[in-house]
Amino acid sequence: MPANYLVPLSQKFGDAVRGEEFRDNLRVIVGSDKVYDVLKALKEQFGFNMLCDIAGIDYLGYPDATDRFGVVYALTNVSTGERIFVKTFVNDPDPELPTVTDLWRGADWMEREVFDMFGIDFPGHPDLRRILLPPEFTSFPLRKDYPLRGYGERHNFEQMTRAEG
Amino acid sequence: MALKLDDNVFVSKLDALASWVRKHSLWPMPFATACCGIELMATASSRYDIARFGSEAMRFSPRQCDVMIVAGRVVMKMVPVMQRIWLQMPEPKWCISMGACASSGGVFDTYAVVQGIDRFVPVDVYVPGCPPRPEQLIRAVLDLQEKVQATGTLNAREFAKRTEFEGPNPLIKDLPPESLVTTPGNYLTGTRVRHLPMVGK
Amino acid sequence: MPLEVLDLATEAGADREFLYTLNFGPQHPATHTTLRLILTLDGETIVKAVPDIGYLHSGFEKLGEDLDFNQYVTIVDRMNYISPVANEIAWHHTVEKLLNIEITPRCKYIRTILAELARISDHLLCVGAAALDLGGLTAFLYAFNEREKIYNIIEQASGQRFHPSYTRVGGLMADVTDEWVKLIRVFLESFPKVHADIVRLLNRNKIFLDRTRGIGVLTKDEAINMSVTGPVARAAGVVRDLRKDEPYLVYGELSGSFKVACSKGGDCLARYLVRMEEMLQSYNIIKAAIENLPSGPVNINVEDKLGIPDKNATYRTIEGLIQHFEILMWNRRFETPINEVYGANETANGELGFYLVADGTAKAWRARTRPPSFIHFAIFPHLMEGHQISDVPAVLGSLNIIAAELDR
Repeated sequence: MPANYLVPLSQKFGDAVRGEEFRDNLRVIVGSDKVYDVLKALKEQFGFNMLCDIAGIDYLGYPDATDRFGVVYALTNVSTGERIFVKTFVNDPDPELPTVTDLWRGADWMEREVFDMFGIDFPGHPDLRRILLPPEFTSFPLRKDYPLRGYGERHNFEQMTRAEG
Repeated sequence: MALKLDDNVFVSKLDALASWVRKHSLWPMPFATACCGIELMATASSRYDIARFGSEAMRFSPRQCDVMIVAGRVVMKMVPVMQRIWLQMPEPKWCISMGACASSGGVFDTYAVVQGIDRFVPVDVYVPGCPPRPEQLIRAVLDLQEKVQATGTLNAREFAKRTEFEGPNPLIKDLPPESLVTTPGNYLTGTRVRHLPMVGK
Repeated sequence: MPLEVLDLATEAGADREFLYTLNFGPQHPATHTTLRLILTLDGETIVKAVPDIGYLHSGFEKLGEDLDFNQYVTIVDRMNYISPVANEIAWHHTVEKLLNIEITPRCKYIRTILAELARISDHLLCVGAAALDLGGLTAFLYAFNEREKIYNIIEQASGQRFHPSYTRVGGLMADVTDEWVKLIRVFLESFPKVHADIVRLLNRNKIFLDRTRGIGVLTKDEAINMSVTGPVARAAGVVRDLRKDEPYLVYGELSGSFKVACSKGGDCLARYLVRMEEMLQSYNIIKAAIENLPSGPVNINVEDKLGIPDKNATYRTIEGLIQHFEILMWNRRFETPINEVYGANETANGELGFYLVADGTAKAWRARTRPPSFIHFAIFPHLMEGHQISDVPAVLGSLNIIAAELDR
């Protein structure tokens, strides 16, 4: 698979990028300050014209993890079918990443979902609101310190008797 | 007895007659949220054909319906909507909880899914299965018909007496107050978007 | 707001914007499931459409961190619930990629056949429901009748007609029988006729054409920029199909038997035509696969110590019994590499991918889904701008938004 992308990327960004390969996935690990530049270079110079997915990961308690949150950008080159995964880390107390909505319009909802689930902020995003959960919701459910069954939000509604209505 | 009736005249109570008429034309309101909704569509389509039991007239406006079929899991964003739709239906009205998710939460014991709609709206018939086969839904309609025949009255005022909540106790009582987060859901507004003006406030 | 009378001829009247807001959903027949649109209208023209989703958000991905790889298949089933088998196959494709398992040839063929049947049933419902929303009930009834046959095939194999939970890590729940092969042959005989019926009903139907042609146009560049995949992207001219580009299962061996259906139109009609053509291609794949269905085991070898052995091995051999308990006991189960992997399949709606982070135990640390419906619904405001309000059902039907996959 395309390990050759690492060489020009490290020429351009120096030690800021690091490559990893597992099965057929090529991963580029980059700091959160350089991630926008790397994504832009991958889009404009290397032809990765489609943003396939943005995945947030909470590494709280993961073996040998040093950073709290990971965010993975899955890119695809539509004409050659190659894939590359750009991974970056952010930390508490103010996890934030630059938005890539100006590169790919498809990033709009994906970033909103990462914000909704993990509370990672994307400054510059045109419309960063909760997308899946109700706007009054206060927690970020996919964080590891949030319990599977929640804090009782699902029970907190009015009951209706048969006579009502 | 002085009065002699013809052979084709039957004597019955008016309540029973009204219920008999009602039960054979239950109009369902398909509150289809998830997988069970597809089985509901299968029940209505050619092979199973719920029209054989007088319930084929699916109306998507709650104001024209007799029975709400909640098909699929109901999550916390949807509960106020469901309650509002239930309020909009005219009496007499009944509710079928179709599938494991609507009846008990099913496999989704998570932060977002309501553990049984009977905690928030009255339910008449529960249908087990994930999703139930169309035959099971037809059975539920037949059961509901029996229930209507047994309990219905002409003016449908029997519901007004049932002011006690009949469902299971809310799980919220099991939780200590400090571990509780409030998400206000109100069926008067029905929707939950802040930037729209609230109705009725 | 109280009504006020404005003279449009005056300057103050001409400057006023006569826009009003219409709430569409979350309970509306044309949404099929639960999604909500807030439409800003100028007369009947849509100026702006704001989707509001999450009315079916049930915490799938949180559950994925609580259940092991074999258990989570029951949840994945309920994701795209009109083609459940395809989700299972995609999920276990990713898990097997993580564990580096090579499944047996027979298992590959059976999974391929099931994936293609799922694609046909998904497209049938999509086309039928789209026609239903535009006023043509008959196509819907024809499509559902054919879907019942697919349900029967799936029920024959797994015992459940809707959510079979049929795949396991490294194999299948059980082997298929000769009866199953017969059912598929019967289905293959009847399907082209039903397909032709639907084509005859819709392809030259004036109402259907008028309401779909030129509606909701997506260009190729926009499709790529907005991450669209699957039939929606192929209808916009993006020639990408994971079955050809990254062949998995037996699509590599059978690549001669099918073609990728594409179109340049990018509108609702093109999406409909692509789906119709894809059904025929799926039919060809099933036809080729059922002829070449190899014999042999469906599960990986017990000696590999990776998957659940079949019941025969569990009951009759000591290795099988040990392996069965190894996989099912909480403190054993799978040993996974501490790493992460992305695997994707071409399902009926587009690229269904899973980003799987493993921490060495049998539970996923993170089971991120790349849901095609979520990404397709994000383009909806773009498609709707400037169209009439009656075009909303046409566009929604052509995108095939499945709420459980949208919200998870």
